[in-house]
Amino acid sequence: MFVIERRAERSALFRFVSPALAVLTALVCGALFLKVSGFDPLAVYGGMWRGAFGDAYGLSETIVKAIPIALCALGIAVAFRMNLWNIGAEGQLYAGAAAAAWVALSFPGAPAAFVLPAMTAAGMSAGALWALLAAVPRAWVGANEILTTLMLNYTAVFLSEYLIHGPWKDPAGFNFPLSPAFSEAARLPAFGDTRIHAGLIFALAAAAALTVALRKTKWGYELRLVGASPAVATYAGVGIARHVLVAMAVGGALAGLAGMTEVSAITGRLQYGLSPGYGYSAIIVAWLAKLSPAGILAMAFLFGGLLVGGYAVQFIGVPAAAVNMLQGAMLFFWLAAEFLGRYRVALRGRPREVR
Amino acid sequence: MEMDAVTALLAAAVGAGTPLLYAALGEILCERSGVLNLGVEGMMLVGAVCGFLAAVETKSPGAGVAAAMLAGGALAAVHAFMTVTLRVNQIISGLALALFGTGVSSYLGKHLIGVPLPVTPGPLPIPGLADLPVVGAVLFSRDPLVYASYLLVPTAWFWIHRTRPGLHLRAVGEDPATADAAGVNVYRVRYAGILAGGMLAGLGGAYLSLFYAPCWVENMTAGRGWIALALVIFAVWSPLRALAGAWLFGGIEALGFRIQVLGAVVSPFFLKMLPYLFTIAVLVFFTAWNRRRRIGAPEALGLPYERE
Amino acid sequence: MQPPLVEMRGIRKAFPGVVANDGASLELRAGEVHALLGENGAGKTTLMNVLAGLYRPDAGEVLIGGRAVEIRSPGRAIALGIGMVHQRFKLVPGFTVAENVTLGMKEPRFVFHPRSIEDSIGAFARDRGLPVDPRARIRQLSVGEQQRVEIVKALWRGAGILIMDEPTAVLTPREVRELFGVMNRMAAEGKAVVFITHKLSEVMEIADRVTVMRHGRRAATVEKAGTSPVELATLMMGRGHKAPACDVHAGQPGPVVLEALDLEAEGDRGERALRGLTLEIRAGEILGIAGVAGNGQRELAEAIAGLRRVTAGSIRVGGTDVTNAGPARAIDAGVGYIPEDRLGTGLAAGMSVAENLIMKAYRGAELSTGPFLRRGRTVEWSRRLAERFRIKTPSLDTPVSSLSGGNAQRVLLARETASRPKLIVAAHPTRGLDVAATDHIRAILREQRRAGSAVLLISGDLDEIMALSDRIAVLYEGEILGTFPCAGADLERIGLMMGGVRTSGPAREGTTVPSCMRRHGRLRTK
Repeated sequence: MFVIERRAERSALFRFVSPALAVLTALVCGALFLKVSGFDPLAVYGGMWRGAFGDAYGLSETIVKAIPIALCALGIAVAFRMNLWNIGAEGQLYAGAAAAAWVALSFPGAPAAFVLPAMTAAGMSAGALWALLAAVPRAWVGANEILTTLMLNYTAVFLSEYLIHGPWKDPAGFNFPLSPAFSEAARLPAFGDTRIHAGLIFALAAAAALTVALRKTKWGYELRLVGASPAVATYAGVGIARHVLVAMAVGGALAGLAGMTEVSAITGRLQYGLSPGYGYSAIIVAWLAKLSPAGILAMAFLFGGLLVGGYAVQFIGVPAAAVNMLQGAMLFFWLAAEFLGRYRVALRGRPREVR
Repeated sequence: MEMDAVTALLAAAVGAGTPLLYAALGEILCERSGVLNLGVEGMMLVGAVCGFLAAVETKSPGAGVAAAMLAGGALAAVHAFMTVTLRVNQIISGLALALFGTGVSSYLGKHLIGVPLPVTPGPLPIPGLADLPVVGAVLFSRDPLVYASYLLVPTAWFWIHRTRPGLHLRAVGEDPATADAAGVNVYRVRYAGILAGGMLAGLGGAYLSLFYAPCWVENMTAGRGWIALALVIFAVWSPLRALAGAWLFGGIEALGFRIQVLGAVVSPFFLKMLPYLFTIAVLVFFTAWNRRRRIGAPEALGLPYERE
Repeated sequence: MQPPLVEMRGIRKAFPGVVANDGASLELRAGEVHALLGENGAGKTTLMNVLAGLYRPDAGEVLIGGRAVEIRSPGRAIALGIGMVHQRFKLVPGFTVAENVTLGMKEPRFVFHPRSIEDSIGAFARDRGLPVDPRARIRQLSVGEQQRVEIVKALWRGAGILIMDEPTAVLTPREVRELFGVMNRMAAEGKAVVFITHKLSEVMEIADRVTVMRHGRRAATVEKAGTSPVELATLMMGRGHKAPACDVHAGQPGPVVLEALDLEAEGDRGERALRGLTLEIRAGEILGIAGVAGNGQRELAEAIAGLRRVTAGSIRVGGTDVTNAGPARAIDAGVGYIPEDRLGTGLAAGMSVAENLIMKAYRGAELSTGPFLRRGRTVEWSRRLAERFRIKTPSLDTPVSSLSGGNAQRVLLARETASRPKLIVAAHPTRGLDVAATDHIRAILREQRRAGSAVLLISGDLDEIMALSDRIAVLYEGEILGTFPCAGADLERIGLMMGGVRTSGPAREGTTVPSCMRRHGRLRTK
């Protein structure tokens, strides 16, 4: 008979092993799934690997995809730390992108020294505001932030579609739903001739700042306290509502920043399909990284690679959705691995019969 | 608006509300057992694609519905194993399920885009009732799954409030330790609640792809799974109120289309936002309302149960 | 000779770190009220949980009617006719009485008609002297009524052996008398009633036989008729029992620290929990609140700590008005609070000892500069506190959840007293602790008094109140019915007041007059 027992201390080994185990198990299950669907798993994974990490171009593209994922994940991880479920990075990204585009389109002749900081500020503020639309009702009446942030995701996408179909439509765009292209000054500089852009510096800086803030400040301590127990935090005189607002706003600002970097550095205009679900991948990345900023950078790199690799194998007929499936499966296996860190499964005989 | 337009709007409200109703009823059964399943969107999508796939392969809508329920149940089983047996965080597991289900449905549906359904099940008017003015067209000239939802609502209510399994379901959701001490198998009841929820979500998905659309489009649920979750809060975990809520939400969705048809000057994108904004408004209002009247979720909702 | 109805032999049950039962035994006869007497931690409840199927013993055997049985689950115990009324009731709060009574039973098979079940349960309960409304929801019932529901539930399941775990702790004296009536009646019907207690007077009043437990095993089983309270006390303690005595305090109380005036507040369910409560405490004084649980103790403590809104009245601490000012301002005004629910409110179980120790002090200049915590200082701060309060922990980074109850409580007291608060609100500070930890916690509270803090002590244990307090206030239904100096306090009168009897005699010196009486003009202060 199997019994499940709680471990006295969390297994230290599993702290590091569980994300790796989750990724590997998901890949193995994915391989079975591919096999069943008639693909050669090794060829597919090989193709993904070569596409994402095999050459300088693949690597640079992987980093390009990792930037928005990392920014979104860093932001939502702050909220996750206090058991606040900001699922709205996707919408906050779109809000930030739209606001940044508004600045770029409003000041076509302005120099980069003005327009780039203004776009950054606008993107971050819009993302934060979009998040506050969910945070305020949460702090005020306790309205479930999972549902409100999700609803706001759909709303933000429709809002940006409205803008590119309507008021911001490019008159020279042959009726395509696109905004006019930004001026050169509104484009974030890239490194060398890659597409890797200054957003990488934003992500690294955000990770560093959050690491310090979470470990060394009163705010970080209070965040942990609220996450551990809202009742205890209240008892200790820590205002929960304020922390809800701040944590959501920080997440929104970073997701908004991701939106700004996408329109400014990658597309150069507001258009359809800005994000292939960066905000959703970020949720998985945040958990697999155990909410640690450094871990998020690493996991975002891996997930960027998954996306790029996924595009690479579309040529041999593997649907891009295979990557989404893999990502979801990783989260499941991470959960299961975490369970093994907290509990042990033991094989036990029945307790001896009482005579 | 003239009478015909009103009838058409009401009929469209019932049609758009039916998938929401199935998903919400399923989630009510699940949450009454004390388990939150945020994966409704994923289960609906997988239900929709599997139902469509099975209906295309077998040329039988019935087989499609059965396959959708099986698929939804299978995804729910993963959630049940995670949350009940492994006692992991229900929110994370549910989110994982939503993301995973979305991926699986796109993967499976890759080759179904644009494929027509071999048999389109038409409406099945109920003789006599279908001829009544307005209600006849709105309620009694529908397809079998709409009729089934009429029956499911009172059945679910009766099950929850007037049967022994229902008593056990409520007890496990309110106070699993007490239920356990009284000899109720908490794990079994929770598994049953989650599986029932998954099957009904799958059924809701199948209604979309087999009857409402009828076709397969990637991400065709468009957030209906999440709206169903909000609907459960609106309904205060009661099947009867879920019916009213589902038709109301369906009405808002239908209204968006109608206004467009009527040639209003509002941008179609704002009309598309309507159900989502309405959901937020309803959610905020009813959360405040329920809280003030001190009624709310099953007490043990979201908490894993572990015997001391 | 007929075998006893129940026989438990050599029961051993160990939990991580504690052996609760170590070779315990017990015999029950049909038709008796059998008291199970012992101090806290003697293993009474564990032994009965074994009989009720909640715990499986590590060793030993249970015989029912002479036949060995294995009681694997509560369900099995019920089938054997064993019912138990736990200290924490096992009732679903949102369910009706009838739903709770039928929960988990094989009948009704599938469909049930609430009306007919309610009627039969109502009649069943009335017939047994346990009147209760079968349609009422549990959360609307008083604690005494909930206990009745538990008894009805056990009897409805056909219990022939009824175990009651400290049933009188939550009852008013009148309810206790009614309960004893019901117990006698059940014994007269041939049932065996086990009555767990640590109160000698109750044993002498109700029991037929007494089993005294000490250190996890039986010390003796005696006939009530052939014993005396002194003998029982000796058996229980292992040596002479010392009657509770007032802790005579030499120092003069200082200025008024806490001034609560005409407080009104609602409980969690919207009921009026505090009704015009007025009290004051001076520096260097411990005021004990005597009262049956659920008369507003928790709401009073939370109102003072800033965690519950008061709807009327005012609270001043050290001259500062903190009425509805919130927990942060209460802390700043010098309120330390040891809540009843240690691991739910007072300590973040998943966080480390060090993180819990700085919880009230991290904002101060000593531990932080600007937005930053000073890591070295916080480590030093918590190391010093852990040493001074003898907190036994593997390290300061150990989560509080893995400490013993006594050490967790030391963490709480260390933190709450570290900043020399003007006022300490201590709710049930020693509940569930072993003797050594209890002594230590009490010593800390006395030390605080010596240092000039005012202490509001809330406890369900009158002995504890007598042992620590300078003055005793009786709380009943959200009002203070009277305040007495501890020395020479009239226990009988306090007991009556705890049951809601308003004495009409003249107030003694030092008595604050309850506002209700002042309103009615029945009493005048000198």
